[in-house]
Amino acid sequence: MRKLLLHYLWRSPLTEAAPAPSEPALAELGAKVDQAARRRLGRSLSIREVDAGSCNGCELEIHALNNAFYDLERFGFHIVASPRHADVLLVTGPVTVNMREALERTYAATPDPKWVVAVGDCGRDGGVFAGSYACVGGVAAVIPVDLHIPGCPPNPIQLLEGLLALLQVQ
Amino acid sequence: MNATSVLLSILNAGQPVAEHRPWLRAVVTSEIWNALIQGLAEGTWTLLGLWGEAGIVHLAAYEAPINPPGASRLPPLPKEGWGDFIVASLPCPDGQFPSVARLHPPAQRLERTIADLVGLRPVGAADPRPWLDHGRWPVVHPLGTVTPRTDPQPPYLFLTAEGEGLHQIPVGPVHAGIIEPGHFRFTANGEAVVRLEQRLGYVHKGIESLLIGATLERAARLIGRVSGDSTVAYALAFARAVEAATETVVPTRAHWLRALMAELERLANHCGDIGAICNDAAFALMLAHCAVLREQVLRASAACFGHRLLMDCIIPGGVVADLPTDGVKILRALVADIRRQFPPLIDLYDNTASLQDRTVNTGFVKPSLIKQFGCGGTIGRAGGRAFDARRDPGYPPYDQLEFETPVLTESDVNARIWLRIHEVEQSLALIDQILERLPSGAVRGELNRLDQPGEGMALVEGFRGDILVWLRLAADGTVARCHPRDPSWFQWPLLEAAIENNIVADFPLCNKSFNGSYSGHDL
Repeated sequence: MRKLLLHYLWRSPLTEAAPAPSEPALAELGAKVDQAARRRLGRSLSIREVDAGSCNGCELEIHALNNAFYDLERFGFHIVASPRHADVLLVTGPVTVNMREALERTYAATPDPKWVVAVGDCGRDGGVFAGSYACVGGVAAVIPVDLHIPGCPPNPIQLLEGLLALLQVQ
Repeated sequence: MNATSVLLSILNAGQPVAEHRPWLRAVVTSEIWNALIQGLAEGTWTLLGLWGEAGIVHLAAYEAPINPPGASRLPPLPKEGWGDFIVASLPCPDGQFPSVARLHPPAQRLERTIADLVGLRPVGAADPRPWLDHGRWPVVHPLGTVTPRTDPQPPYLFLTAEGEGLHQIPVGPVHAGIIEPGHFRFTANGEAVVRLEQRLGYVHKGIESLLIGATLERAARLIGRVSGDSTVAYALAFARAVEAATETVVPTRAHWLRALMAELERLANHCGDIGAICNDAAFALMLAHCAVLREQVLRASAACFGHRLLMDCIIPGGVVADLPTDGVKILRALVADIRRQFPPLIDLYDNTASLQDRTVNTGFVKPSLIKQFGCGGTIGRAGGRAFDARRDPGYPPYDQLEFETPVLTESDVNARIWLRIHEVEQSLALIDQILERLPSGAVRGELNRLDQPGEGMALVEGFRGDILVWLRLAADGTVARCHPRDPSWFQWPLLEAAIENNIVADFPLCNKSFNGSYSGHDL
């Protein structure tokens, strides 16, 4: 183990430069997000991920945000295990009927002020699963959404561009 | 096909369905149905799937060949050495069928699903509780006679475990990590788990209903999102089933590119899983390094095929696009890179006693259970079951490639990690061979006979195990019915057995070593 640690100590980091915040995300947030909440939450955000019926594709790419290339934590984002610790809910999936109550309860358990980011094409309007008897169709149909990050699934850069917009203080 | 197979001779007594390909499907009587159940219960055959549609249930089964192919480095077996695959269909005019799970427990959740979705009742079933239907959908029996829900469903009763000092720990559906939702009900005595009961169905999206009447293009997109981590394997299974139904011959280069994508998917997932399992034993260093390997595979995939997870790259008839001119170079560099970075990580795992202390002997699954459940993939092969769909039934180009199907017998978390390590090595070797010998030519062709009804079936080895797709095409070329069966159906129940007598704190470790799919299972 020591050899491996030493070896990587001498190497330059894999972490890449940050992308610029996405313009559409800034525009969507500018219209919605409360400046007072923005000041209170500051530049460090705790994120709770909620899978509300995703195919697991979005989860894989959200996971990737934590790898050495993207290193999400350098921006002040931290993924937490409980909604009670969270400032941001990152919600994926078309919201299945069977997950609706769990999502509502998770939202209720998250302290104010809080933001909701709907991830993926499913999170926007149900995506390919729209119209099913088993899907509500879009996160905004169940809880208020502050930001949408489209894509099927959005890649880690697109996720970062969206999340960084949350930190962009006007 | 083995001419002397008992399975085939039993099925031949039924009425064969002419347009079903490539294997035999026959409409059977309840006598034949019961004989099949008997054979499944005795372990003569393996259950591959059980699904229904209005008024009929279908059962897919497999009879292993005398020489199980793939136990070690074997040349392709002669044709008569392969196992047999069949589908038996039992009409249910009175809305019920003799329960398979009555004698063969692996069928239980599948039967409960048939009751939920189609409304056919398994007679004699021990567990009458619903499975995917949580009483929340606006309709009942969405795949049968669809009717609006009128009565509320009674509360779901978990199985009891009673005794002094026992307490329950409910977990989920929202879990503490970035993972899919499901509910686990633990009954523990202090730290030791006495019983685990799973409740799944939270991510049921109604995919099978959405597939009915879908064009092939839309159906391929849906199937590619049954389980996002296995999108290549699902798309491949769907494409192969469509091609079987339409008797389409796919260009050779397309077969090879499909296998290339399938091995990239296996590589990415196994790399991620090896790291994630170690991370659940609080050994984050391994996750950090394995996540880098996974990211490199995804980036190479995006550079070669335009999508990091390779979604929508395989379609019925071939693949969407050819490798770019620098594709071979990119993938060769990837393989070389992983070959350089992976061995020190294996050493790291092998030489960290504190980590192995957590993984060795943890989450043991009896090989007899693995055989009974027909459990495939890394869990099956880490527990002595050599089944690998790339060999049996086999599909091109794997018949022309040299690879081993690693098999271990320890059946614990450690064995499941080692099996993934061995499979990473095999996938690298396969990618090497594919790049070396990639034939030239077209990458997609036209589908035959889209103006006639037909039925097709395919079994494909995903990173998690064998994925079955069965479908019927309508005369207008749309999907009349399609049933995808995830390997997790036969793996989730074994997790309940694996955790028994382990401590609660080892559950994440056991669960991650299984890495069952919630979305693929819940559909």
